[in-house]
Amino acid sequence: MKLWLAKQRYLIDFTLASLARRKTRNLGLLAVYTLLVFMLSSVTLYTHALRQEAARVLAASPEVIVQRMVAGRHDLIPPGYMERIGRIRGVQKMEGRLWGYYYDAVTKANYTFMVPAEGAPAAGEIIVGPALERSRGLAKNNGISFRSYSGKLHTFIVADVLPQASELVSADLVLMSEQNFRAFFDYPAGHYTDIALAVANPQEVRNVAIKLAAALPDARPILRDEVLRTYASIFDWREGIVLALLSAAILAFGILAWEKASGLSAEEKREIGILKAIGWETGDVIKMKFWEGLLISLTAFLAGFVAAYVHVFHFAASLFEPVLKGWAVLYPRFQLTPHIDGVQVATLFFFTVVPYAAAVLVPIWKAAITDPDSVMRG
Amino acid sequence: MRPADRALLLLAAGGCAFALCFADAARLRAAAGPDEAERTRLVGQLRLTDLALFTEARYTRHPSQADLHSAFQDHPLALEHFPTGSLIAPPASLARVGAGDTATSEEGGAK
Repeated sequence: MKLWLAKQRYLIDFTLASLARRKTRNLGLLAVYTLLVFMLSSVTLYTHALRQEAARVLAASPEVIVQRMVAGRHDLIPPGYMERIGRIRGVQKMEGRLWGYYYDAVTKANYTFMVPAEGAPAAGEIIVGPALERSRGLAKNNGISFRSYSGKLHTFIVADVLPQASELVSADLVLMSEQNFRAFFDYPAGHYTDIALAVANPQEVRNVAIKLAAALPDARPILRDEVLRTYASIFDWREGIVLALLSAAILAFGILAWEKASGLSAEEKREIGILKAIGWETGDVIKMKFWEGLLISLTAFLAGFVAAYVHVFHFAASLFEPVLKGWAVLYPRFQLTPHIDGVQVATLFFFTVVPYAAAVLVPIWKAAITDPDSVMRG
Repeated sequence: MRPADRALLLLAAGGCAFALCFADAARLRAAAGPDEAERTRLVGQLRLTDLALFTEARYTRHPSQADLHSAFQDHPLALEHFPTGSLIAPPASLARVGAGDTATSEEGGAK
């Protein structure tokens, strides 16, 4: 074992000396290789963390939301609708939700007005989201006026601001009492925007949705699973877009690495010939080149991945943020919680390190099994 | 020190930094626990269904609750006019239109 280790150390010594003879070329390759791993890792780390964040936060969303459709559009839930749903077996609890959109010409942004089921503010008061607090320069006990769609001006007192930590889901929220909401939007009494359902047995959610669609043909049940799938597909799509943009860079690197790894220069061929002539075995030459491939690809992978981790979770992915996050007038400020997917890292490792290490070996093996004299003569 | 030892030390340091990323991720996850609990509590309390990422239109603010044909909300041939359209995938049903299949309201909210 000791002898084997000593031999590997000598081989690495020789490999490093050989790499140093073509310093600029090899350093250039290492830099491009590291940059590529950095870009790929940044995209996968960021989108995975965002996907996980959405999945964890929205796991607490209602099991089923029931919308009513009229002419293919979302319409208000009329009185009597909830009683019909209540007769469906398996429905444990239901609540009419009241929410809507309001365009604020001052900030040129849309807000989501909502009536909370629990802890609604008193009449004349509102609770606002942190992004709204920032954009309108609001603070607790400040007054703010909104012109309703009927043209009437409504003034509210800001009773509280939602916590900064919840900004990802509450950036644009304006919470108010039912009375204020109905007066502001001229909402007819007894009507709701949609209905949130709780199902007694989680295994039965899909069956309840099927029964709902049969009993109320104009209802559109939206399951929590579908909400989670929607977000998973949004972030998959976005990751795909960035990877598609990066594919040109990946291809260019592939060509560079293949050319570097698979085509031996005359100098390298002569070096192999000399090594064989002075007594190196074919196995030793292959081991030496294997170390070369492994040192370059492993260094690039480790440096690229660590840099990507620091970039995404300590510098908020500032390089790719505009593409990966998207934008809006009231964009929430949030810091992603790191979630590293082991399978994703293993895949990245496999597709960046293994092909290069393997590509190095084939031409070397070809050159190493040829007669030293003919290799040296070229 | 021999070059081989230096190179192996460098790789070992890289390996340690790689392992540290996982340890740091666990530390940040533990630190973010209360904030995450706050977000989850608010989602449960307010019965929220979507992230507040894009606020420009109803189908970008609440993509999971939007009409199935919301991309054509103004008229059937209207083009998507928000930048979010390039960040949110079109409904899967649109890819099957050529096969004679069209979106129906029974397909649920996943878009």
